[in-house]
Amino acid sequence: MKPRSLLPSRWRSRWIRCSETLIEAWIRISGFSSVFLVLAILFFIFREAFPVLSRPGFSLTEFLGSVEWYPTSAQRVRYGALGLLVGTASVTGVSLLISVPAGLGAAIFLSEFCTGRTRETLKVVIELLAAIPSVVWGFIGLTVMSQVLRWATPAAVGVNLLNGALILSLMSLPVIVSLTEDALRSVPDAHREAAEALGATRWQLTWRVLLPGARHGILAAVLLGTGRAVGETMAVLMATGNAVNLPTSLLDPVRTLTANIAAELGEAPAGSEHYRVLFLTGVLLFGITLVINLLAEWLVRGGRKGR
Amino acid sequence: MFLWVLGVGLGCSPRPAGGPPILGKGSDTMVNLAQAWAEAYAVAQPGVQVEVSGGGSGVGIAALIRGSADLANSSRDLKPAEAKSAHTATGMAPREYIVGYDALGIYVHRDNPLEAVTFEQLRELFAVDGRITKWSELGVRIPGSRHDEIVRVGRQSSGGTFEFLRHRVLNDRDFRLGTLELNGSKEVVELIANTPTAIGYSGMGFVVPGVKLLRVAERAGDEAVAPTPEATVSGRYPIARTLLVYALGEPRPEVRGYLEWILSDAGQSWVPASGFVPVPMERRQPAGRLLEVDR
Repeated sequence: MKPRSLLPSRWRSRWIRCSETLIEAWIRISGFSSVFLVLAILFFIFREAFPVLSRPGFSLTEFLGSVEWYPTSAQRVRYGALGLLVGTASVTGVSLLISVPAGLGAAIFLSEFCTGRTRETLKVVIELLAAIPSVVWGFIGLTVMSQVLRWATPAAVGVNLLNGALILSLMSLPVIVSLTEDALRSVPDAHREAAEALGATRWQLTWRVLLPGARHGILAAVLLGTGRAVGETMAVLMATGNAVNLPTSLLDPVRTLTANIAAELGEAPAGSEHYRVLFLTGVLLFGITLVINLLAEWLVRGGRKGR
Repeated sequence: MFLWVLGVGLGCSPRPAGGPPILGKGSDTMVNLAQAWAEAYAVAQPGVQVEVSGGGSGVGIAALIRGSADLANSSRDLKPAEAKSAHTATGMAPREYIVGYDALGIYVHRDNPLEAVTFEQLRELFAVDGRITKWSELGVRIPGSRHDEIVRVGRQSSGGTFEFLRHRVLNDRDFRLGTLELNGSKEVVELIANTPTAIGYSGMGFVVPGVKLLRVAERAGDEAVAPTPEATVSGRYPIARTLLVYALGEPRPEVRGYLEWILSDAGQSWVPASGFVPVPMERRQPAGRLLEVDR
């Protein structure tokens, strides 16, 4: 059936032009507002954090170089964030060691070795992993994973670095798998056909053609997965044991920057030194994720130029 | 923080209109209990609204002095200076109500042969300059465990429980780094139930099958006392404190009615559910006690 308008054509064209302008304006506002919001958040974090830098009791060298985190000490308040920094780095690092090989494997399998219903089912399941809320992951870490680790490893306590890293790797896996799969699929079919015409086996095709061809996309996937892992809060708070500690083994409890903010900000009086130092750890965290995201952006752009 | 959000959410939900709502503010230790009371009272007395928020005992008392709260929930005694400034600001003396008791239990795993500890031992265990890091140093061997290292478990650094133990037992010394700081009383106990080499502190009402409570003595020669409700109320158990609510002068009738309900059997039945010890019948003072203010 042909749609019929109630308006005469002259009016209709004006209406279309008008609505077009409106929609354009709307889209433009949406685009700018996201930039504005990011800038506003940045401004807010920095504004809350910076006054502490000039306080007499605060020393930046202590903040970055000491493990002694005693924000509410009755004797002498000390803000040493090194333990938290090492906690974040170690949990993220170990989780990447697990999630990158597993994620790459899964993506290669999904994109090259499996078809039809298996592929669809697997994709849905992996995307479902991304839909599990982080408190639920934390709960799994606290109850299930901690028991498994106490049974499978000589750990004295089940909530520790390894537990947090395992949970985080499961959480960043969907990001890594989906993005890597996209990258692999975007390798032109001509490359596949050429390789097959030359008699390459599937393994040779994957290893020699697809992985190098998609390397920028894969790196971006890994870095975005890293960003996810660095920023995760609730799950690591529950799974790592939340003890300020320089870990000497995989089975030591640790505390991350994010978990520390989550645990303490609610109770720090607004405007106090403790509150501002927590925002300073937020700035630190922001710096880390910014570097990772810029790196990802730069690599993706490099990839486009290279092609 | 979650509870705070919950409290605010409930505070905003529409309720049948009555007089001005009763505003309670203060101790985070008591915020669960205060919330439970407010909700139960909304059912018992639909005409009266009670709104509760946390923030800490000091915050609640400050709000009471400013006049922005009717009731201050506090897990510590009012300081004489605070009583004085309340009197200066409002012309009324604070009125104190004992609404329950909080006893901190020292928890270990069920299989741990240890039965009692002294404050001295707890200091050596938990304080930053303490020397005990292994169970063998306490003369204990944990059956069925390869580990000798003690896993110390506690609450996050800004909570009332943390501060209470630090003040009462560690004499305000810092906790040693590497103590697992969990964000809930139940979590502490559950972790200890799963960890044979752990020791930790939490409210005494959170016992689960996998753990046991130690008897505690303040000094080495003293008799170690088990954390029972009787020992808590009588003050014989050394790591206990009273849970207090402060009002000003002669509170308005709705507030008086609410406090009388809190100290009735119906109100007190909510106390054990929050992990605290109720006030025994003979010690209840539904009219409170007017504090003396020195001028």
